Amino acid sequence: MKFRSKSFVFIFKEFKHVLRDRRSLFFLMAQPVMMMLLFGFALSNEVKESNIAVIDQSNDLETIKLIDRFEQSKYFHVAERLTNTNEIDRLFRQGRIRLAIIIHSNFANNLNHLNQGQIQIIADGSDPNTASIATSYLSAILRDYQNELLGDKKLPYSIAVETRMLYNPQLKSAFNFVPGVMTLILMLLGAMMTSVSIVREKEQGSMELLLASPINPIRVVISKAIPYLLLAFLNVVIILFIAVFVLNVPIQGSVFLLLMSSLLFISTTLSLGLFISSVTEQQQVAMFISLIGLLMPALVFSGFMFPIENMPKIMQIISNIVPTRWYYAIVRAIMIKGLGLSSIWKECLILAGMTFFFMTLAIKKFKPRLQ
Amino acid sequence: MQEKVIEVQHLTKKFGEFTAVDHISFDVFKGEIFGFLGANGAGKTTAMRILCGLLESSSGSAKVAGYDLKYQSELVKQHIGYMSQKFSLYEDLTVQENIMFFGGLYGIPRMELKEKSSYLVAQLGLGNITNELVGSLPLGWKQKLAFSVAIQHQPKIVFLDEPTGGVDPITRRQFWDMIYEASSKGLTVFVTTHYMDEAEYCHRVSIMVDGRIEALDSPRLLKEQFKAATMDEVFHQLARRAKRNAE
Repeated sequence: MKFRSKSFVFIFKEFKHVLRDRRSLFFLMAQPVMMMLLFGFALSNEVKESNIAVIDQSNDLETIKLIDRFEQSKYFHVAERLTNTNEIDRLFRQGRIRLAIIIHSNFANNLNHLNQGQIQIIADGSDPNTASIATSYLSAILRDYQNELLGDKKLPYSIAVETRMLYNPQLKSAFNFVPGVMTLILMLLGAMMTSVSIVREKEQGSMELLLASPINPIRVVISKAIPYLLLAFLNVVIILFIAVFVLNVPIQGSVFLLLMSSLLFISTTLSLGLFISSVTEQQQVAMFISLIGLLMPALVFSGFMFPIENMPKIMQIISNIVPTRWYYAIVRAIMIKGLGLSSIWKECLILAGMTFFFMTLAIKKFKPRLQ
Repeated sequence: MQEKVIEVQHLTKKFGEFTAVDHISFDVFKGEIFGFLGANGAGKTTAMRILCGLLESSSGSAKVAGYDLKYQSELVKQHIGYMSQKFSLYEDLTVQENIMFFGGLYGIPRMELKEKSSYLVAQLGLGNITNELVGSLPLGWKQKLAFSVAIQHQPKIVFLDEPTGGVDPITRRQFWDMIYEASSKGLTVFVTTHYMDEAEYCHRVSIMVDGRIEALDSPRLLKEQFKAATMDEVFHQLARRAKRNAE
């Protein structure tokens, strides 16, 4: 009974601290909303309305039809029609075009008589992602065009490649960033806010008072994490709400499972935060460690921005110890692929292990007495 | 013989090669106001932290409030109060919330605390401020309030770490009135201070130099012993002997 009432006194106080600090609270609640809307509407890795330059050296019926097709698609806009290939470089340098298309002379003639038309695509390699996406769109248009030309005729040999993007047929970027934003926000909130709030007590000297009282220091620390646990969980709900109702990203799998695994990940980040706070004495240091030491690896190694499979071996090995990697995989599995517990138990187990590890370390490291 | 509430024997604290507290021994009696003086770096804060259970000693023994610090530190903590200049109360909580929180830490029931808090505030003559944020109060009020909060669980000893730092002389005087009142009711007050006029108010004073207690007696006898007019002179005579640099 005594144990419970004392803990309650503590948790109550922590809530007061959090709620009184309006600015931080606003930051905590507004940040996920802003990030979701920013990623949802402003930042997108879909490449739309690319300006292209066309050099039509053939200028016949077929090329006019072809160029019209480019213009018709929502991905391209024929901004420049050139006669001289020398001008291409200038346009790229000025950033006025993403792609240049050169149709060689006698296109229709060659197509009809030699069965071979030639088109050259020039892309801006300084932005490789955009270039390859735009090029693949263009190739798709050309493929369609070719299929229509063939009509009933059959090629003597042909391999029909039919690609289907599973789980995300339209390749909507929201499918990628919603789990990513969730991962980052929770990491930031869990680790940084908790560690800073504990270190604040050390810095302002109140930790001394608490340690001179008969309360168990471990309880002090754990009580501090509880308001952030709830705040972080609230953030998960807000993010999912925006994802489903504003960005139209459906939750394919079990919502309950998603929430539970999020709770697990929040515990992992909180235990990391506790660990940080147990080894630092200044708020600034705690903030620095959380931002540089946690957020950066969280971003790089989660697989959200860069596919882990493409990294050098050593980086792949490092990514295994970054908790965000596992949570990101869990969220994608449940939300986008609609998978169940049987496919994510391994990741959950790893997160649980990490939580246990950091919690134990934090408690061991946390000095019940001052230095 | 008076009842001893603090018994310290050969207490030593080493940080690596550095001996912060060097075999100090002294007793403090019930109801006494014990001034614990020393220049910066003399080791008084370290010694006080050990007595509050905030630090572990390297060797020697200490009994506080009748309990052995080494083996019964939880019991010690239940029976002492602690207040420091650095931090007294949470500024973003109201007066009542602070009273409730710190009272709750020592296991005082909620109902009792609620009654107590309004009584306590009224007693301090601070008017109707129970629901004001502590951050909005003047420093002097905060320190007086902090003292009341530090002794609301009726400890045997209260440790005050430079409690009146930065406070104006009138408020300091009022603060010492509170200390006297508490001591007359049997509370032992263990206080560190930089103000030598405050040292005159203590029943007994110890002066630490380089980790050792170089003088311990009542202010009157200390002044006689060092042939000085004020405690300030006594202090300076002793402090001049220090070989250690202030931290």
